[in-house]
Amino acid sequence: MNGKTFVMPAPHPKERRIIFENISKPGYDSGIETYLAHGGYESLRRAVTMKPAEIVDAVKASNLRGRGGAGFPCGAKCGFIKYYDDKVHYIVVNADESEPGTFKDRYILHYDPHQLIEGLAISAYATNTHLCYIYIRCEFPAAARIVWTAIQEARAKGFLGQNVLGSGFDVDVFVHQGAGAYICGEETSLLESLEGKRPYPRIKPPYFPAVLGLYLKPTIVNNVETICHIKHILRLGANEYARMGTPGDGGTRTMCVSGDVVKPGFYELPAGAVTLGELIFDVCGGLRPGRKLKAVIPGGSSAKVMRAEDVYKIKAKDAEGKIVDKEITMLEVVMDASSLASVGTMVGSGGVMVLDDSRNMVWALNNLNQFYANESCGQCTPCREGSLWMSKITTRMLAGGGRVQDPSVLKSVADNIAGRTVCAFGEACSWPTQSFLSKFPEEFASAASRLKDPVAQ
Amino acid sequence: MTVHSAAESAAAAERQAAKVTPEFEAEVDELVSHYPISTRSASLPLLHYWQNHFGYIDDSGIDWIAARLELQPINIYELVTFYPWFRRDAAGKTIIRVCRTLACAMAGSYVVKERFCAAVGLDPHAEHHGYGSAPPTSLDGKFSVEFVECLASCGSAPVALINDDLHERIAPEAVPDIVEKYR
Repeated sequence: MNGKTFVMPAPHPKERRIIFENISKPGYDSGIETYLAHGGYESLRRAVTMKPAEIVDAVKASNLRGRGGAGFPCGAKCGFIKYYDDKVHYIVVNADESEPGTFKDRYILHYDPHQLIEGLAISAYATNTHLCYIYIRCEFPAAARIVWTAIQEARAKGFLGQNVLGSGFDVDVFVHQGAGAYICGEETSLLESLEGKRPYPRIKPPYFPAVLGLYLKPTIVNNVETICHIKHILRLGANEYARMGTPGDGGTRTMCVSGDVVKPGFYELPAGAVTLGELIFDVCGGLRPGRKLKAVIPGGSSAKVMRAEDVYKIKAKDAEGKIVDKEITMLEVVMDASSLASVGTMVGSGGVMVLDDSRNMVWALNNLNQFYANESCGQCTPCREGSLWMSKITTRMLAGGGRVQDPSVLKSVADNIAGRTVCAFGEACSWPTQSFLSKFPEEFASAASRLKDPVAQ
Repeated sequence: MTVHSAAESAAAAERQAAKVTPEFEAEVDELVSHYPISTRSASLPLLHYWQNHFGYIDDSGIDWIAARLELQPINIYELVTFYPWFRRDAAGKTIIRVCRTLACAMAGSYVVKERFCAAVGLDPHAEHHGYGSAPPTSLDGKFSVEFVECLASCGSAPVALINDDLHERIAPEAVPDIVEKYR
């Protein structure tokens, strides 16, 4: 993958490709001429004839929610920036895609960088922002070069730089490379990193990026996919765009499916168009022959795990429109932000990891615990120490050195991290442990009693 | 990085400036110009540039970058020891970074990493502690192999980043051939 062209499989009938529409065309490459031949920068041309407030209103009406993980309504975020105040503002694109299970931004950056740049130029125009950074993780070295080349191409054609398309509006965009730290995906940490410091997250309040962001000025930090959607909101119109999704979660969502399915990959689906069962068994071709579904992590590794036999009680409308209690199985859960939230997990960044019955859940949790122990930035004691303790305990359980009290110790460590840290990493690292323990208690109990050397206990 | 006074620091930076060519400085000036509000923001780009150019970031690199950005050496040193990408000693010419996280692990990345180690003559269980140290490197200095966390390509697991190239769906038996291409 070094930025030439990408062969995408034919779309599934349920798919609706907007972000990946161009990338899936044969021979589509990352150059500006190709982009222009496919209607590129038309939305920006329209945007500069509109009033900035109209663009922000369109984004609000589109019900676009952030695609980075937190799912914050994008229009509201843009609305925090006061267009006419004298303060300088910034936009920072979060291209530090590193949540395990998520792999959509990689393809946009490598194969369609101009789509991102157009969305960014529109966002900058709408919020009167003159300086933007795209923070790309350094594990995408080719992407950094491709995006930087694209920025220079766009500048040469007058889509960036001084007096964008004759509108009198100036905007500069630069690429900034990270250096291998997962924590930089957290927005305040990303800003610290961009300021050239150790990326310790800032405490909120007062350091909400929209108030005190980069260089302590109001800053919008958005995910790559979110910024790309802004272009399509203008192209399709806010109402048409919102109609594609569910109320409160507009547009399409790219679901990245990995793990034990026949056809892993990313699928761009209207938000809420499929249930989890349809996604796994229809869109992704089901499990390997002879395997049974065991568990699903629905929104990146930090989302709470779901067990195949789970039954959830939700509120649903019946035929007469009355709200009634209803029981649904895990496979009937709809893949949108509010449905997943109502069953106690989250859609997050859209990374769905599927585990079949050949997987040992203690092993899977140990893998994630090692990830969080490695990636904790070390600023807050509960997370720095706790993530390592959890990792050491599950490693020991796997090696056959379990102790009967291990599950309860694990739970108490996790419970003492969540809510006691500066940033959401504390929740991110304790939710897997808490949910694995509550959904698969028998596996942890049996690992805890599997003693390597009973005498030494 | 050594502890020394501001005057000594300046002198050390001056000595190191000798190995920095005008072309190097011109590129540094370009990178610094991307940050009109605060030159401190250029510390990560300069560390990347120094490491790409010289292979690793020694005391002289830390002193030079600090002097160029009008910072204290500790401001640069604390970055080198925090970010896993930076190293204080030489690594192999080719660095093989195998993804360790869940989707790749389910697809067999632990076996793939062992095969990479075997193919280049490294102990697969050698510990790598980070904090600025280089990953385990083969005796001929050609290869380093390390586990890294999620490379964001879970749909084509297992994957490895070899120098700047991503290798996807790596079958364990294909590993020796992949290594040969970089020898």
